[in-house]
Amino acid sequence: MSEEGRPRSDDGRPPLLEVENLVARFAVPRGVVGAFRGRPKLAVRAVDGVSFIVREGELLALVGESGSGKTTTAQSILRLVKPEAGTIRFRGDDITGISGRELRALRRHVQLIFQDPYESLDPRFRVRATIEEPLLVHGEGGGKADRDRLVREALERAGLTPPELFLERYPHELSGGQRQRVAIAASLALSPELLVADEPVSMLDVSVRAGILSLLDELRRSGLGILMITHDLSTAAHFADRIAVMYLGRIVEEGPAREVVHNPRHPYTKALLSVVPQRDPRRQTQPEILRGETPNPVNIPPGCRFNPRCPIAIPECRTTDPDLRVPAGAKRGHQAACIRA
Amino acid sequence: MSTIASGPGAAGAPTDPSDVPGGGRGRGGVVWSVLRSRPQAAIGGTVLVLTILVAVFAPLLAPYGPREKVGPPFAPPSSAYPLGLDDGGVDMLSLIIYGSRVSLVVGFAAAAVAMLIGGSVGILAGYFGGKTDITLMRVTDYFLVIPDVPLMIVIAAIWGRSLTNIIIIIGVIYWTGTARIIRAQVKSVRERVYVRRAQALGASDSRIIFRHVLPQVAPLLVANTVLTVAVAIFAETALAFLGLGDPSLISWGRLIENAFVSNAITVDAWWAIAPPGIAVAVVILACTMLGTAIEDALNPRLRVGHLSVRRFRLRPLPAKDPQ
Amino acid sequence: MTEPVLAVEDLHVWFDLEQGGELHAVQGVSLALQTGERFGFVGESGCGKTTTILALMGLLPSSASVAGRVLLEGEDILADGEESVSPHRWTDIAMVFQGAMNAFNPVKRVGEQIAEPMKLHEIAEGRTARRQVGELLERVGIPAARASSYPHEFSGGMRQRAAIAMALACKPKVLLADEPTTALDVMVQAQILQLLIGLADDFGLTLVLVTHDLPIVAQVCSRAAVMYAGEIVEIGATDTLYHDPRHPYTRLLFAATPDLYDEEPVLSIPGTPPRLDRELVGCPFAPRCDRAFAPCDRVKPRLVATDTGHSAACHLNDPALKAAS
Repeated sequence: MSEEGRPRSDDGRPPLLEVENLVARFAVPRGVVGAFRGRPKLAVRAVDGVSFIVREGELLALVGESGSGKTTTAQSILRLVKPEAGTIRFRGDDITGISGRELRALRRHVQLIFQDPYESLDPRFRVRATIEEPLLVHGEGGGKADRDRLVREALERAGLTPPELFLERYPHELSGGQRQRVAIAASLALSPELLVADEPVSMLDVSVRAGILSLLDELRRSGLGILMITHDLSTAAHFADRIAVMYLGRIVEEGPAREVVHNPRHPYTKALLSVVPQRDPRRQTQPEILRGETPNPVNIPPGCRFNPRCPIAIPECRTTDPDLRVPAGAKRGHQAACIRA
Repeated sequence: MSTIASGPGAAGAPTDPSDVPGGGRGRGGVVWSVLRSRPQAAIGGTVLVLTILVAVFAPLLAPYGPREKVGPPFAPPSSAYPLGLDDGGVDMLSLIIYGSRVSLVVGFAAAAVAMLIGGSVGILAGYFGGKTDITLMRVTDYFLVIPDVPLMIVIAAIWGRSLTNIIIIIGVIYWTGTARIIRAQVKSVRERVYVRRAQALGASDSRIIFRHVLPQVAPLLVANTVLTVAVAIFAETALAFLGLGDPSLISWGRLIENAFVSNAITVDAWWAIAPPGIAVAVVILACTMLGTAIEDALNPRLRVGHLSVRRFRLRPLPAKDPQ
Repeated sequence: MTEPVLAVEDLHVWFDLEQGGELHAVQGVSLALQTGERFGFVGESGCGKTTTILALMGLLPSSASVAGRVLLEGEDILADGEESVSPHRWTDIAMVFQGAMNAFNPVKRVGEQIAEPMKLHEIAEGRTARRQVGELLERVGIPAARASSYPHEFSGGMRQRAAIAMALACKPKVLLADEPTTALDVMVQAQILQLLIGLADDFGLTLVLVTHDLPIVAQVCSRAAVMYAGEIVEIGATDTLYHDPRHPYTRLLFAATPDLYDEEPVLSIPGTPPRLDRELVGCPFAPRCDRAFAPCDRVKPRLVATDTGHSAACHLNDPALKAAS
């Protein structure tokens, strides 16, 4: 983030998505699906001051365990949850408080891909109807022929070729990977600029995952910005441009994916990376298993949030709440929130 | 950052739908598949269809007219009159055949009214939740606790005994069961991911209700309506029996009432009382069989899988492949 | 060579299908495990790995038919069906089911539920049972005092540990674990895996771990079997499976798994597994294989030893066939 004013992407235009000091409450830490429930019963600060940028053609992976606030962050961006404080800017426009028609208009530009491909398609809708729905809702496409063309284009973009083979199918006739592609095609129908993918492959078989992730990569290369929520560090390491690691509602480390993985600076990131099993039986790292349970945002410790479980905590950690800053020796753009980094 | 190669062939290579495990379920709708697979539903459905046909073609099927005096009062069954004659010398068989019309019309129409009211209340309460839900359910509770027969008596006494009134009365009293069942189903459908996705898309509530929620809820609505038909026919019979039916119309209830009023019992004229009662029972039974079969099929059954120990069978090893 | 604690000989499982016909879910699985071994079953959905381990405990429904032998310390426990299996269930061979952490009775205390199998199998009762429950909880890393808590008072990781404790209640020799860490955070997963490793190493428990996650098998198991379409297509030391795979599916499966540090491109495997309700001709993986050649469509490859302790079912390992094509 540049010190003076708004951050700019390389060509001087405002970035696709800019989140600044976002604070949001959430009741039950369930997936994005749960966000649509009415008023939360237990108001916990699931997101407590989160800032990041997603640029065009960039894939940012928001990584964290349950209770980290990554899902609530995504929900806030999609305005499924009303942020309590902070600003969200889309292409420079403040979208934090919009509603009604403006919100609807925003929904064309920002689309969501859900985790469960087996539940995210209406079983009574043929593929054509599912993909056509966003067009109908937003009044896109002049007539039937126009919409048909857009539907086919979306299917092709999502890798389901030839489109004829899929248009008239029902979801139960498709495999998990194909269903997820249909869901992606439906979100592409309106040519969005930002995709938020909530664990897009966690419910798919391993042999199918790379296909979906490479599709997202292709979309990224064609100019879309993608915010991917995942708990799988290996996937983030491979497919993301940047990784932001979240813990108890804050980003504790953020930077280029390769940097964060090979040169982690925050003790939480280090511990997390150390417990990820690796493919090669010979190259298993010594797992640094943190004591205690995955924390709940109901009880946030004073000082640095991570200090009760931190292997290198010092007394000062109990009184200081560190900000994200570039640690000594780290590359530009790589930040960590630790006084000992 | 990532470099991805994909294996041989396109990653999205289309597969034959029959290759997808679990694919290819019948697409004629739940109702049809239930009819095909369960004898209970098939029997109930057939009897219902036959009764409807009898009602529609009554003039062609009935041997005599419904007000045609063909013999002495309470003549016993004979070859000419298989079900004997009533107190006015009219052929019972013809009366039963013609009576089916009103009974069925009232049954179906009243059930339709109940379905419309109950379905709407259930959908609105289930979908919108919150205050709407609370208010509507409170209203439903009020209607639920009203004793049906006394209310029907009062309304019939105040507003008269026309066919339309009967239909409305029955419909207005019996929608509550439908409302509750539909509301529960809608609440669960509302949580489904594809409904959330449609909302995230910006789809309007009415669009979501009509295109996503209603189709899911329709089979249950159908099942419930069929069951309501049974209730409505019985209600009509009861009303007519109590003398609250439309006096100018012949219905099975009216026939029973007539038999009692004309003291058929004292002359042992069972043929004046039993057949209409049996007819009502048969139709109600048919509706119940059909309705419960559909409802059963829609209930998610807990498949007790591997956690329950069952008797698996042993068999010999297959012959080795002679390769 | 000591007798294997668990040996499976040519296990087949069929399921009757509603619409007629049957599904050949497990097609001739054989293996032998030594005491204290940590063995992995790897495969994607529908490959038959869960059905295989259910068959080891005879937990199959009445629509299932089974052929083959399951030898627990030399005794064929499937010989008489349910009668011969049930005495061994839980006391000799026990299982942590998929989603076991969510299968607790919410209105009963955890300690009670762990003591249940002890009572059922007449191992211990009353005070003795309570003491043993305390010991079990400590063994899985839960303070013994928590036995009086209810399941909802436990975190996900603790519930999974309690499920493991329940499986160990009757001191079995073999523990089968079906996707024990799937729903858990990666840190909790590490704790559970460490626990399972400890149980095998320190207490001589034979562990069979079923999962779709290759890296877990690489970390926890010394030997593993890769399953595809109901069969074992490759079996051997996990080290060899990674460094010298002899079946294309094994190789491709590893290649499809992203690694934290390895920047090799991640592949996807096109197509879908074959239907198991039909007789298959040739190699079941041939349609998706990147190295299929002439015999693959016609002749089904047998599981053949390529090395000591390493077998694979692939024609590519047969020098005679390769030369002929």
